[in-house]
Amino acid sequence: MREQIPQKIIHKYLRQKKHFPHVWCSGCGIGIVLGDIIRAINLLDIKKDDIAMVSGIGCSSRMPVYIDVNTLHTTHGRAITFATGIKLAKPNMKVIVITGDGDGTAIGGNHFIHAARRNIDLTVILINNNIYGMTGGQASPTTPVGDIATTAPYGVIERNFDICELAIAAGASFVARTTAFHTIEAKKIIAKAISKQGLALVEIITQCPVIYGRFNKKGSAVDMLKWQRDNTIPVESISKMPEEKKKGKIVRGILVNKDIPEYTKEYEKLIENVSKPQNYTKTHKKI
Amino acid sequence: MKKNDDKKAPQLLQGNEAIALAAIEAKIRFFAGYPITPSSEIAELMSRELPKYEGKFIQMEDELSSMGAIIGASIAGLKSMTATSGPGFSLMQENIGFACIAEVPCLIVNVMRGGPSTGLPTSPSQGDIMQARWGTHGDHSIIALYPDSVLESYELTIRAVNLSEKYRTPVILLLDEVIAHMRESVILPQKEELNIIERVKPDIPPEWYVHYKDSPDYITPVANFGEGYRFHITSLAHDKYGFPTRKIDEVKTMMDRLRNKIYDNLYDIIQIESYKMQDAEIAIFAAGVVARSAKEAVRIARKQGIKVGLIRPLTIWPFPDYDVQRMLEKCKDIIIAELNQGQLYHEIERVWSERTKSRLHKLQRYDGLILSSEQILSKIAEVK
Ligand SMILES: Cc1ncc(C[n+]2csc(CCOP(=O)(O)OP(=O)(O)O)c2C)c(N)n1
Ligand code: SF4
Repeated sequence: MREQIPQKIIHKYLRQKKHFPHVWCSGCGIGIVLGDIIRAINLLDIKKDDIAMVSGIGCSSRMPVYIDVNTLHTTHGRAITFATGIKLAKPNMKVIVITGDGDGTAIGGNHFIHAARRNIDLTVILINNNIYGMTGGQASPTTPVGDIATTAPYGVIERNFDICELAIAAGASFVARTTAFHTIEAKKIIAKAISKQGLALVEIITQCPVIYGRFNKKGSAVDMLKWQRDNTIPVESISKMPEEKKKGKIVRGILVNKDIPEYTKEYEKLIENVSKPQNYTKTHKKI
Repeated sequence: MKKNDDKKAPQLLQGNEAIALAAIEAKIRFFAGYPITPSSEIAELMSRELPKYEGKFIQMEDELSSMGAIIGASIAGLKSMTATSGPGFSLMQENIGFACIAEVPCLIVNVMRGGPSTGLPTSPSQGDIMQARWGTHGDHSIIALYPDSVLESYELTIRAVNLSEKYRTPVILLLDEVIAHMRESVILPQKEELNIIERVKPDIPPEWYVHYKDSPDYITPVANFGEGYRFHITSLAHDKYGFPTRKIDEVKTMMDRLRNKIYDNLYDIIQIESYKMQDAEIAIFAAGVVARSAKEAVRIARKQGIKVGLIRPLTIWPFPDYDVQRMLEKCKDIIIAELNQGQLYHEIERVWSERTKSRLHKLQRYDGLILSSEQILSKIAEVK
């Protein structure tokens, strides 16, 4: 399929009339991710009516209001829980969760782990800007050790989460990482994540030039995008790379993609079994 | 527990069982919860029954997520509920506020136990009356119902689901531990006797749809997610379309709507039981299991020639101010009997005025046991 020029695609999906300008600072990477998601949805050609986009609270979580699907902006950290309810009530919907590093791995960390354990069919797009943006720059579970935040004026001393490792360890069926810089890769990864049956986590490293960048002298938005380009390496090429080139670099790409039982499908089987007592006793005996 | 079909015969049911049966009958098709005494039987029964009706049950990782999941499922079209007790109820509060501001119907059963904190996990208490009203932050209205028997637990569960659908609001069912675990012989109402309210879906083109449409009685058709009406729901203050707003007129409209949809419909929402009040000089005000002891005390006292009656709220929130006012005007002594340190007392005091001339008397217990009819009788003797 040949793609149209990007702007046209975006116009098909944005709620143009009511909600612009958007809330994000200039140079912020969250808008780029919104573009990636729209292009992925367009690539898959999913009906807007069949998509739910659910977010928590934070700069990143402000995303759903701009896109013309079924959109739900919930409470801090709880997006995955609301999404779980939607998915179980309407298993045929594609449910996309938008969350931040604080929303998804601090206050909402427990839900993140358990959604991965259940392997429920949600696409979790976690926008990692290494800071609490919305509240003015406090440290998050992914602020690098030594970096400055308003609540870490002497530098962070806590170790960070590796969000992808966390998702893998908790059992997610699809785990990937990309950046705001790699938008073509991001589109493809997001499309695969949405198509995946099971919990799909996509961590997108995104620049927050106005707060994290400014506090930590990371330069302009462009400088931060270049940093993403220069400090990440694709997972496909790490086996061929010499050790010294890999040092300190972040691995990008699809890290896990496996087929394991998905929660809503398993629940449908359970309903099927319960409605036929003979099946029910059979499955019972297996245990 | 028997199947619903052979219902004319009396059954021996617990309050918790009656709630689960009623929920199925009221077409609850989604339950999310986290185990906690003394409410766990409701979750256990729902996990067994719901799949038989193609409903879904999920045991979540905590009560924060349980509340989130039932709101999500309700938004996507399933009547939804959870059940918990004090500590879990505390964890649900933030998202109960979400259900209030976003106007999402759902049922929260809170089988009360002694608090604060882990308190007395297996003992009765009426300590969450105020948490039910003011547990979540910010101005909001809430409906809370309070049964006093196993049969009434069944009836009020159905009523709670109906009210939540009708007024698009979370409804809390408060239950005493004693009622939750006590077994009583009940004859459940027949299916035909039940009036089950279904969500009215819009039949207009999606472009015309307004999610928080104005209407004099606040009852408007509501679209679910995934059915062709794409709209936005947010925890932020919003306009009638659901989009965030900080415009003062829109914010005020939203806040007024949240209050008025409940307070303009008090006649429909409030239910009280008035027992032997015609000629009463002394009134007992009590809810739930305490009202049962009180009723017994009234019967005995009446035999002794004491003119005493009972007012029992079945709807505890919104508070039955009007009925309380009439009671205060009519009776010279009011005994407020409750299993806490005065949560109902303070409400009665709020309604009380110089003009009513009645005297208020406290009868409180908060040590893990219920008030007996003897204790209530001796209080009657004391004030008489
Ligand atoms: C229960 C609760 N606690 C705290 C807050 C305040 N709060 C709002 S956004 C936020 C942090 C968001 O950080 P992150 O998820 O990383 O998103 P970002 O803004 O960086 O995109 C916090 C702490 C809140 N809204 N609710
Ligand atoms: S504070 Fe940072 S993350 Fe938030 S909008 Fe501004 S640049 Fe983006």
